[in-house]
Amino acid sequence: MQKERIERIMYQIVRKESLNPTVSLMEIEAPLIARKAEPGQFIIFRAKEDSERVPLTIADFDREKGTVTIIYQIVGGATMELDTLKAGDCLQDFVGPLGRPSETDGLKKVAVVGGGVGCAIAYPIAKKLAGLGCEVHSIAGFRNKDLVILEQQFRDVSTVLKIMTDDGSYGEKGLVTNALESLIQAGNEYDEVIAIGPVIMMKFVCQLTKKYNIRTIVSMNPIMIDGTGMCGGCRLTVGGETKFACVDGPDFDGHLVDFDEAMHRGTMYRDFEAHAREASCNLLKQEG
Amino acid sequence: MATERNMDPRKCPMPVQDPQIRKSNFDEVALGYTYEMAVNEAKRCLNCKNKPCTTACPVSIDIPAFIERVANEDMEGAYQIIARTSSLPAVCGRVCPQERQCESKCVRGIKGESVGIGRLERFVADYHREHCAELPQRPEPNGHKVAIIGSGPSGLTAAGDLAKSGYQVTIFEALHLAGGVLVYGIPEFRLPKIIVQKEIDNLKAIGVEIQTNMVIGKVLTIDELFDMGYEAIYIGSGAGLPRFMNIPGESLKGVYSANEYLTRINLMKAYLPDSKTPIKHSKKVAVVGGGNVAMDAARSAKRMGAEEVTIVYRRGMEELPARKEEVEHAQEEGIIFRTLTNPVEVIGDENGEVCGMKCVEMELGEPDASGRRSPVVKEGSEFTFEVDTMIMAIGTSPNPLLRSTTPGLETNRRGCIVTDGDSGKTSRDGVYAGGDAVTGAATVILAMGAGKAAAKAIDSYIRSRS
Repeated sequence: MQKERIERIMYQIVRKESLNPTVSLMEIEAPLIARKAEPGQFIIFRAKEDSERVPLTIADFDREKGTVTIIYQIVGGATMELDTLKAGDCLQDFVGPLGRPSETDGLKKVAVVGGGVGCAIAYPIAKKLAGLGCEVHSIAGFRNKDLVILEQQFRDVSTVLKIMTDDGSYGEKGLVTNALESLIQAGNEYDEVIAIGPVIMMKFVCQLTKKYNIRTIVSMNPIMIDGTGMCGGCRLTVGGETKFACVDGPDFDGHLVDFDEAMHRGTMYRDFEAHAREASCNLLKQEG
Repeated sequence: MATERNMDPRKCPMPVQDPQIRKSNFDEVALGYTYEMAVNEAKRCLNCKNKPCTTACPVSIDIPAFIERVANEDMEGAYQIIARTSSLPAVCGRVCPQERQCESKCVRGIKGESVGIGRLERFVADYHREHCAELPQRPEPNGHKVAIIGSGPSGLTAAGDLAKSGYQVTIFEALHLAGGVLVYGIPEFRLPKIIVQKEIDNLKAIGVEIQTNMVIGKVLTIDELFDMGYEAIYIGSGAGLPRFMNIPGESLKGVYSANEYLTRINLMKAYLPDSKTPIKHSKKVAVVGGGNVAMDAARSAKRMGAEEVTIVYRRGMEELPARKEEVEHAQEEGIIFRTLTNPVEVIGDENGEVCGMKCVEMELGEPDASGRRSPVVKEGSEFTFEVDTMIMAIGTSPNPLLRSTTPGLETNRRGCIVTDGDSGKTSRDGVYAGGDAVTGAATVILAMGAGKAAAKAIDSYIRSRS
């Protein structure tokens, strides 16, 4: 273990790339986190000194280079602040790897379903599974052609890739559940379905897979502060029990998750977010 | 120098902010003694031979000695006496339950009120901070490294004592700011954060290194810390996991753990007008629980603008575990106490927001294992009342992250780390633990006492090896 490495941790952005108009990628120097990170785990960042703490699932990591990649969509004040940083800048805080890694043991054939920016989290799992010799079928859903991300990356690790768009401007027109159902009906027998995206999408994927009795894992991304089990803000009801997404998850058996409750809880600060978004916009306009 | 005694049977009252004003600000409630008040109060101490107060102090401060210095107006001398045994006097002077410790044993308390030991300790620490700009000197390094997990009162105390003996100490803190419960839990109006920061700066001056954003058990394990050359490890990771009641409706929007509510306000500064931290702006708040954390949450909710804040507690006023002073302050600020009441369900509206709670009335039955009379439900007493926010302050338990990643670290049924007596020695060689991680949720000063004892044990452990 190189001792000097922890002496001065700066969380410097080594690469920033825009993936689509609202989604960007940042590769961040975080050698200790990169050494331990596994697909399914997350980090918590603070862009600046007075910023909120926000969890983001790890999109990729490079143990050799000592970097962790995050992919984020601008949804509120905190992600807007993050987006003001450029390559070469440093994040104020970057902590992880938090949560439990996704379980991949013994899987031979898996359907990985990603929705929107959720594809950023689905990809590292697809990549790991492919690396373990598992047959991966990937379904990636987006609202339209402009929002498609990680297509080539998914293609490289999947034997089947279905891109779905709501308006049919790219790939096939339809929902991810349409694609999943047709793959199932075509005779594909999956050991597991992994669904990562908006809560409503995960809910409908689970409804479908329940019908076919296929074990389904979802990755939950609720509101949280510390990410270590301290605030309890990320609690979910799973199989009638209260679970903390940060320490018990973020992966859960999708057939047991109370999605309606999770959707309600996700709207807790919607007004505040809208206000923050507006305030930040005005601020950025002034700066520009 | 002979000092004339002050034989007033009552202790000098603490000047406080007017309740009507303070209930809408986060400035400190207790304003502290003036110089004259401190000297005068110090003269109430009889400087008795047996020093029963000192035996009741978890960190064994030589109380009559420091008070005598105050009476003689040697404030720096008083500070040096306290600093010999306590690393956080400005904190303890504010948050220690002195009435159950040093002051409970004070001879003056037999026929009147005890000496205001806590208030004098606070005065001495504040006076030192305001009049002595000099940072403490870094001691001669002894070449040995110790890692401390958690920067709360217990970790800071252990770090301070070890650094004073020449150890190279690194504190690993999971959050982005050092201080543990002193910064995320205890509100500004009871413990200004600048005071905590100053105590931490003092530790840095004597060579303590603080690594924030380090969740031990995740980014590094205890075994990896040993590989990195740390010869001993002290676990002071506290009891951060909030408990819930497991009643219906607890996941509705507007139900907070006290940890979340207080962390948003304190650590994340939601109380500042331009804060970026979202928090619910509540009108009617119920805080469930009767401890200091419940009082902190209730008084914070009031200051955040809530019109009606109610403490809901299943036992009676007499049984409230909170410090008496905190209960009185809360009452003065208009917090309502609904004791002998227990929630059974949280009621939500069509948007999943809390709109009320269903409670039952309780009565006290036979004493339970803790010696307190255990509350039993009064038949047919169910009632509902309107609230838009509910804060659960019914206790916390230790975080499982360390025990699940440290092979051979023995814990008990409640998830607390098992230690061998007062030394804090765990089942793993070279690993010590103390504070809430061992006892479950307790007080700042007990955690400090444990940090102190463990620092001593770690020192002899490392000496015995080299």
